[in-house]
Amino acid sequence: MTENTYDAIVVGSGISGGWAAKELTQKGLKTLMLERGRNIEHIKGYVNAAKDPWDFAHRGGRTQEMITNYPVLKRDYPLNETNLDLWVNEKESPYTEIKRFDWFRGYHVGGRSLTWGRQSYRWSDLDFEANAKEGVGVDWPLRYKDVASWYSYVEKFVGVNGSRDGLPQLPDGEFLPAMEMNVVEKDVAARIKEHYKLARTMIMGRSANLTVAHNDRTNCQYRNKCWLGCPFGAYFSTQSATLPAAVATGNLTLRPFSIVTKILYDKDTRKAKGVEVLDAETNQTYEFFAKVVFVCASSLNSTWVLMNSATDVWPEGLGSSSGELGHNLMDHHLGVGAAGTIEGYEDKYYYGRRPNGIYIPRYQNWMNDKRDYLRGFGYQGGASRQGWAREVAELNIGADFKDALTEPGLWKMGIGGFGEVLPHHDNKISLDKSTKDKWGLNVLAVDAELKENEIKMRKDMAGDAVEMLEAAGVKEVKSYEGNGVLGRGIHEMGTARMGRDAKTSVLNGNNQVWDCKNVFVTDGSCMTSSACVNPSLTYMALTARAVDFAVKELKKGNI
Amino acid sequence: MNRREAISAVGLLLGGTVIGSDFFLSGCKTGGKKERQLAFTKDDIAYLDEIADTILPATDTPGAKAAGVGTFMTVMVNDCYEARDQKVFLDGMDKINELSSKKYRKEFLEATESQRLELLTELDKEQKEYTKNMKEEDIPHYFRLMKETALLGYFTSEIGSTKALRYLPIPGRYDGNVPYKKGDRAWAIN
Repeated sequence: MTENTYDAIVVGSGISGGWAAKELTQKGLKTLMLERGRNIEHIKGYVNAAKDPWDFAHRGGRTQEMITNYPVLKRDYPLNETNLDLWVNEKESPYTEIKRFDWFRGYHVGGRSLTWGRQSYRWSDLDFEANAKEGVGVDWPLRYKDVASWYSYVEKFVGVNGSRDGLPQLPDGEFLPAMEMNVVEKDVAARIKEHYKLARTMIMGRSANLTVAHNDRTNCQYRNKCWLGCPFGAYFSTQSATLPAAVATGNLTLRPFSIVTKILYDKDTRKAKGVEVLDAETNQTYEFFAKVVFVCASSLNSTWVLMNSATDVWPEGLGSSSGELGHNLMDHHLGVGAAGTIEGYEDKYYYGRRPNGIYIPRYQNWMNDKRDYLRGFGYQGGASRQGWAREVAELNIGADFKDALTEPGLWKMGIGGFGEVLPHHDNKISLDKSTKDKWGLNVLAVDAELKENEIKMRKDMAGDAVEMLEAAGVKEVKSYEGNGVLGRGIHEMGTARMGRDAKTSVLNGNNQVWDCKNVFVTDGSCMTSSACVNPSLTYMALTARAVDFAVKELKKGNI
Repeated sequence: MNRREAISAVGLLLGGTVIGSDFFLSGCKTGGKKERQLAFTKDDIAYLDEIADTILPATDTPGAKAAGVGTFMTVMVNDCYEARDQKVFLDGMDKINELSSKKYRKEFLEATESQRLELLTELDKEQKEYTKNMKEEDIPHYFRLMKETALLGYFTSEIGSTKALRYLPIPGRYDGNVPYKKGDRAWAIN
């Protein structure tokens, strides 16, 4: 037993798990981090990162074999030849779609911290207060003032670039120098400012790419190949940042191929004593013990672990006494926007590939801009010149055509919306006991859809995009509306929400399971609402905050 | 790469429609890999090299044949096309020879350079017109498939990337406002 005993266990090694491990080990706790997939070593494990386009047999595209093997991933851009090994094997790990839900997963050390979009924004009280003000779901048990210092804390370590824009709905942070808008984006931003005054603003995106060397990590080299893994360690991931910090303490044990099947709950002490692990390679079962357990297995999978735990006490699992476990599943809805051509910059170009774009923070239902739905959306986008993959109207084939394609084409400017999804109680996950994965474990069934509020919002996401681009002088603006299916935002949130009352929420204001005080859930599953900004920075801040609380409670003997 | 750029980076964005979107984004409508493997011969590759080289000939930079585009086209047709489009592509290879024979009394490889250019230019006009009016469920025009794979194969090859375009594996910095004058080459990766 002693060799399997630690001070703390962290389930999962993605953005949240990495932060939990770093904080716990730096506070002196012997910590075991469990990851269900294989290990990927920093730099050495990024097998395609240094390849040239012609090194890929299909130049990055997808084969029919890949399409057959990845029935979910094929639904959108993630299925591609360059980083296929960073996406889950769908044959081994299926799930059930009661309604279509595009779940794009990464089961390996680092999780989706290796492939994330890196956009990093703070929430504001516009977000934290919304549920209470509108009577939607339950109130967040915290406000911006409770998290602000934790945002600062994580930003200083992560290295977030950004400009200080002074927007109340999108608070400034501890920024590294911002990336630069290109010449067209600067002018579009100026015209939006002139047209809308302060009602709408276009700012430079804030991202977790280093614009200067930071904490012994190299600055961004502007290759824009982040999702292959960065050989320079220039964007934030578990491997580039939190894992080495945790390892440096001498307090971390990382165990890959470890599927946590349940939390071991002790009825007498009413606390967790550890976790049960199924070794994904050997199929052997192990027990590991600790004083505190952090569940950071990704939104849906953290809830899956809870649902499989303490079922002799609560048939629906640990944390289910409120009836909310598995409910209120959220994402961001996207795929709606507009794009067009902008003239007058034919003598301008850019150098380098910027892994970031522009951002238009939410302005709907803010100040005097009232809409016929709740909440709102932000836009991400950018301007660039067309490359060779374009049609040349007046040319067909041959030398002139080829020469034309060796030059850049028109400037295009586009923006796409990221919309808030409300916490609908009946958007939910449950265990499908009739379907098993490769290891004989019950899989999740997902039953969620966009509802009226989101569908109404999508009309404005398209219409406003056209209006704003046209106001900024963009020509031939066309809107597009893609698939409004949940999951595609790859921002799964909810299913184990925080709240002020054990009767209506799974976690308290410190991410502590109401029913089991030494179990903390700090990834996206804890979210009480979704806001419309990218959520990872908030998971980081909440994780660091929860670890701080947990260790103080441990010292006081409260858990 | 971010999600906004992912599609246009791997698909070909010709004239506002993502062409090859079937191939990049559709479901599989075919059987296993073995049934689909087509037996392209050396002659087929030589033939496709010439088709590609007529679309993208050597100018002051090498052409598609020098970049091995014929071979690349067979790899794409074999591995990435669904059965329907494989048939369209193969039938198209026959069709071009037929048209050449009818028009010039010799097969494509025997035709002169200017005859090849004339024939494929007509086919390109035809495919542009066809594609403009096609519905989503319609089969693609064979010459559009050939043009797509030729462009993809050439401009992402080492020759295309480094000679016809400017290839910068590690830019090291970003400047969003540099002067451009007509004739300067585009970046190989946008």
